[in-house]
Amino acid sequence: MHSQSVNKEGAVAKPVLSPARFLKPLVFIVALLPAVFAVYGVANSQYVDPVESLLKITGEWGLRFLLITLCVTPVQIIFKWVGVAKLRRMLGLFAFFYATMHLAIWVVLDQGLDLQEAVNAIVEKKFITLGITVWVGLLVLAVTSNRWSVRKLGRKWKSVHNSVYVLTVLAVVHFVWQVKASELLEPTAYLGALAVLLVWRFMRMVKR
Amino acid sequence: MASKIRSSEITPESVFRERRLILQAAGLGLGASASTLLPSEAMAKTPLTGDIAKWPDSTDEMQTSYEQATTYNNFYELGTAKGDPVKNADKLITEPWTVEVGGQCEKGGKFALEDILKPHALEERIYRLRCVEAWSMVIPWVGFPLADLLKRFEPNSRAKYVEFKTLYDPVQLPGQKFPVLQWPYSEGLRIDEAMHPLTLMAVGLYGKTLPNQSGAPLRLVVPWKYGFKSIKSIVSINFVELQPQTSWNISAPREYGFYSNVNPRVSHPRWSQAKERRLDGGSKGFSALFSDKRKTEMFNGYADEVASLYTDLDLKKNF
Repeated sequence: MHSQSVNKEGAVAKPVLSPARFLKPLVFIVALLPAVFAVYGVANSQYVDPVESLLKITGEWGLRFLLITLCVTPVQIIFKWVGVAKLRRMLGLFAFFYATMHLAIWVVLDQGLDLQEAVNAIVEKKFITLGITVWVGLLVLAVTSNRWSVRKLGRKWKSVHNSVYVLTVLAVVHFVWQVKASELLEPTAYLGALAVLLVWRFMRMVKR
Repeated sequence: MASKIRSSEITPESVFRERRLILQAAGLGLGASASTLLPSEAMAKTPLTGDIAKWPDSTDEMQTSYEQATTYNNFYELGTAKGDPVKNADKLITEPWTVEVGGQCEKGGKFALEDILKPHALEERIYRLRCVEAWSMVIPWVGFPLADLLKRFEPNSRAKYVEFKTLYDPVQLPGQKFPVLQWPYSEGLRIDEAMHPLTLMAVGLYGKTLPNQSGAPLRLVVPWKYGFKSIKSIVSINFVELQPQTSWNISAPREYGFYSNVNPRVSHPRWSQAKERRLDGGSKGFSALFSDKRKTEMFNGYADEVASLYTDLDLKKNF
């Protein structure tokens, strides 16, 4: 970054204050806020059932970041904003970050590191089986999100990372199966958002 | 229903009186604007007066704090999130309150709350409360045995079950505008369960009258069953011959049975009931994250008292 402030002629260039330059760090900080607030809430005993609250917060934000990541291409095309594509990997990694926190909180705090019990729950309860499946999928995407993997995998990279659509569908189903029949409003909203994104994709495919 | 008369005519006056109470409460803290008052404070419940006997069999486990017990509630009529009921609590007007008693009994009728309560001596009982969502609390209820109340209505031999209903009034209970459950909330007990000495009709907690989010002015407490059986803000008691329909059972019959006795050996379809997280504020801040779950006890630890009610029943089928 600092090297850019001196141009080829050796003269000190005007600091580049274009919004684009600050966008990525800004989004990074904003994306961390849910975690910061949650930690603050726990420290101040704001939650009556903090483990339950953390599970809910991290699960919701994992899913929201998956959906936000899927919005990058539509935003890029509809608003002719090329720069937004630079955020895609970071947003996807935030989805993985919150999903990983979600899983870690479940194993360590909810199950109290009783691995036997955790494995039983994963086998017996289908919404947990599904949740683990989604996390493993996201792990593969996160591990292969670097430039080296993009080069190495070549054409295969795109088809591997297209699985994010399937994983997002499964993540919403994981949520739907977990809530009570009377609390379907939120997961239904996510399902609606996902449907719009998928229809948009499909329409573009057909047009081509 | 009596509640309808109230909402059309008398409510404005009650609202007025309730607001005066809130203003008086606000006036105690000079300079405090109404918005800075927590709803629970605005609704400041009056201490129960008179002699409240201490029930000798109360649990001595660490009690949940008043704050926790009255800000973390499942009362879908006042909102589905745990923090909603306390926020919406002031919408519910509990004065005057009428309870309609009917069905297979000799002395049914409409009763003002005062007449329901008058003959009963109040007692404090500290019970464990186990929610079907795998958390639990320890709460000092104030009330009297339901059996003492029911006997006054002289149920006949065809009264095999007792059906209870919560107030239906979507203005006072705005959650009823949404079809999340079948309204009014309905619950039921077998007559021997209803007459069991542990079954409590509660009017207060922590020595105060019930705040609205906890089911004012009159609610059931059935400590060996999952919390949703303990119906809140009761306006109707009906003695019936056949097993009554209950709201959660209608909503998801595979998940919530009529009996819904606390049973660690029968899992909810989506989660285990073997353990529970005790919410008692015993640890604060980050250390609260590491409090271990405890094993759930059969009948929530009241097996000695109630197991005999179910000797002929397959509890796996009749969950």
